[in-house]
Amino acid sequence: MARVRTGVRAIGAVLAVVLGASLAGCSATGGKRAEDARRAAEAQGRAAVDTPRWTFAMVTHSGDGDTFWDIVQNGARQAAAKDNIDFLYAHSDEAQQQSQLVQTYIDQKVDGLIVTLAKPEAMKDVVARATRAGIPVITVNSGSAESKAYGALTHIGQDETVAGEAVGDELDRRGRKKALCVLHEQGNVGHEQRCSGAAKTFGGDLRNLYVDGTNMPDVRASIEAKLQTDPSIDAVVTLGAPFADAAVQAKRTAGSGAEIDTFDLNAKVAAGLRAGDLGFAVDQQPYLQGYEAVDLLWLYRYNADVLGGGRPVLTGPQIITGKDAAELQEYTERGTR
Amino acid sequence: MTATAPPAGGRTGPPDERLLHTSSWRKLLGRPELGSVVGAVAVFLFFSVVADTFLRASSMSTVLYAASTIGIMAVPVALLMIGGEFDLSAGVLVTSSALVSSMFSYQMTANVWVGALVSLLVTLAIGAFNGVMLVRTGLPSFIITLGTFLMLTGVNLGLTKLISGTVSTKTIADMEGFPAAKNVFASFTVGGVDVRTTVLWWIGLVAVATWILLRTRFGNWIFAVGGGAGAARAVGVPVARTKVLLYTGVAFCAWISGQHLLFSFDVVQSGEGVGNELIYIIAAVIGGCLITGGYGSAIGSAVGAFIFGMTGKGIVYAEWDPDWFKFFLGAMLLLATLLNAWVRRRAEATA
Repeated sequence: MARVRTGVRAIGAVLAVVLGASLAGCSATGGKRAEDARRAAEAQGRAAVDTPRWTFAMVTHSGDGDTFWDIVQNGARQAAAKDNIDFLYAHSDEAQQQSQLVQTYIDQKVDGLIVTLAKPEAMKDVVARATRAGIPVITVNSGSAESKAYGALTHIGQDETVAGEAVGDELDRRGRKKALCVLHEQGNVGHEQRCSGAAKTFGGDLRNLYVDGTNMPDVRASIEAKLQTDPSIDAVVTLGAPFADAAVQAKRTAGSGAEIDTFDLNAKVAAGLRAGDLGFAVDQQPYLQGYEAVDLLWLYRYNADVLGGGRPVLTGPQIITGKDAAELQEYTERGTR
Repeated sequence: MTATAPPAGGRTGPPDERLLHTSSWRKLLGRPELGSVVGAVAVFLFFSVVADTFLRASSMSTVLYAASTIGIMAVPVALLMIGGEFDLSAGVLVTSSALVSSMFSYQMTANVWVGALVSLLVTLAIGAFNGVMLVRTGLPSFIITLGTFLMLTGVNLGLTKLISGTVSTKTIADMEGFPAAKNVFASFTVGGVDVRTTVLWWIGLVAVATWILLRTRFGNWIFAVGGGAGAARAVGVPVARTKVLLYTGVAFCAWISGQHLLFSFDVVQSGEGVGNELIYIIAAVIGGCLITGGYGSAIGSAVGAFIFGMTGKGIVYAEWDPDWFKFFLGAMLLLATLLNAWVRRRAEATA
C-alpha cells in the first residue's frame, strides 16, 4: 500500500513539473495562438442564402484519418455553411460498410447525397435505392464512368487515367528514364489507373511498388529497399501527399538521386516543392470536389440546375511545381489545398 | 469480492418453492449471454432516445443487416473460442472465398454455382489446413492463423492481379445462375419488400450452433477441449478432430459471407476483409465467450453482433462525428466484458 502511495506521489510530482514547464515555456510564434488569430481574422462563415435548411450527407471510401478527405470535407463544410445546409459525413474503406452507411442516410430521408464510387458495383444498388426514394445523388472523386448510368445527377472529380497520363508526360518533359509508382492501398482501382496512365505516356520504364499505406515506417523502408536494389531509378511517384515525405527520407538514406514526385498536395509537399526536395505535384483540388458537390446539390434543390451537360466536371489534373508552391503554401497550411 | 450467501427468504411459504426459484434464477445468472443481453437492451434504449430515426422500420432493417454480416462469422468464431482457439484468418478468408468464386466462374465461363461450389471446397480446405497445422505442430492457434492471415492477404492480391490484371474481379452479373445465387446469398423480393437473406442465414446458423452446443455430443466435446485439452483427451474426447472441425466450421461460414459479398456487390476488391477477424472476436467476447476457452454461447455471439450493428449504425443515425466510432466501440467492449465478468462472479458466488 505504502509503495502504491509513493508511486502516486511520484506521478503527481512529474505531472506538476511538466505542467509548470509547459506554462513557463510559451512560444511567441506559431502554434495554436497564431492559428486562432488567423481564424479570427477570416470572415465568419455565415449562411449567404435564405433557402430552407436542408440536410445533405456525404459518404466516402476514405479510411480513418485521411488528409485528402479532410480537405474535401473542409470544402463541403464551407459550402454547407454558406448554403444553409446541415452537413453529415461518414466514411468506410470497406465497400460493404460504405453501402450500409449510404443506406442509413436514405433511412433518415436526407435531402441530398454525395457518394464516392471507388468500388462502383458495390454502390450500384444503394445509389439506385436513393434515386428511387427521390434523393438527388452527386458522385465525387471516383466513378466518373459509372456515375451517369447509376442515376447520379453529375460527377465531380478527376479522371485518374488522364491524371496518370499527365504525370507520364511531365516525367518525359523532365527527361526521366526509369520511374517507380508507389501504390499505398491494396485494391484501389483508381490508383491502378493512375500508374497505368503514367506508364502509357511515359517514354521510359515504369514499375509498380506496393506498400502498406497505414504503416508509414514500412512505406519508407520499402521505397528505401527498392532504391537500394536499383540505383538506376531516377523518379519516384507517390500517389498521396503524406507518402512523398517518406519517399524523400527513403531517397536520402538510400543515397539515390531520384526525383520525388507526387499526386495531391499538403503543407509538407508545398514546402518540399519550394525547397526543391520534390519535382512536381499533381493536384486534383479536393477542396473544390467537396465544395462543388454541396453547392451543386443546393443548386439542384433550389433551381433544378445541373452542371456539366451530362459529362463529368473535372477538377484536375493540375501540375504544380516549385514556382506555384509559394502562393499555395498558405492555403495548404489551413487545410484547403 | 466476498461471496455472499443468498438471503434466506421469509418463513412463510413452502421451502421447495423457494429452492426452485433460486435455482432458476441461478440458471439465468449462469447463462453466458446474460451480460450481453443487458448491454444490448441498454444500447438499444440509448439510441432510441438520442436518434429519432433509429426506431423506424427501415433503420431497424439496416441495423439488422449490418449485424447479420458480422453475426454470420461471429457464430463459428464463438464456437471456436469456446473450443479454446482463435482464428485470425477469418476476415480475409471471407474475401478469399468471394474471389475464388468470382474468378473461377469468370475464367472458366462457368455457371456461377460451379464457382460457388469450387470456392466452398477451397475455403473448407483452408479452414482444415488451419486446424491440421494446429494439432500437428502444437503451436498456438494465434501464430498459425496469423501466418494464414498474412499468406491469404498476399494471395488475395497476388492471384487477383495475376488472373484479372487488376486489383478487383471482373463483373459476373451477366452470367448464368447469378440471379438465383443473388436470391440465395444477397436478397430476394417478396411482394415488393426486399428481404436480405443474410439475416435468415444468421438466424439459422445461431439456431444450429446452439443446438450443437447444448444438445449434441460434439457440443460437449467443444466445451471439453476448451476447458482443458489434456483432461478432455484423458476421458476419450477426440481433441484433434474437434478442433479441425471447428476450423472447417469457420471456413464454411466464411464461404457464406464471401458469397454474400460477391452476389450483393458483384465485384470483389482483393484488399478487403483485413481487420474484420478482430470484429468477429469482439462480437463473441461481448456475447460472453471467454478468451481462455471453455465458456460462451452462440446466442451470445448473435447479441454481440447486434450490439455491434446497433452502435455502428446508431452513431450515424444520431448524426455524431464518425471519428469517435472506434472509441465508442472500444469502450463498449470493455464495459460489456466487465459486465459479463461481474455477472459470472455473482453466478459463481450463489452457486
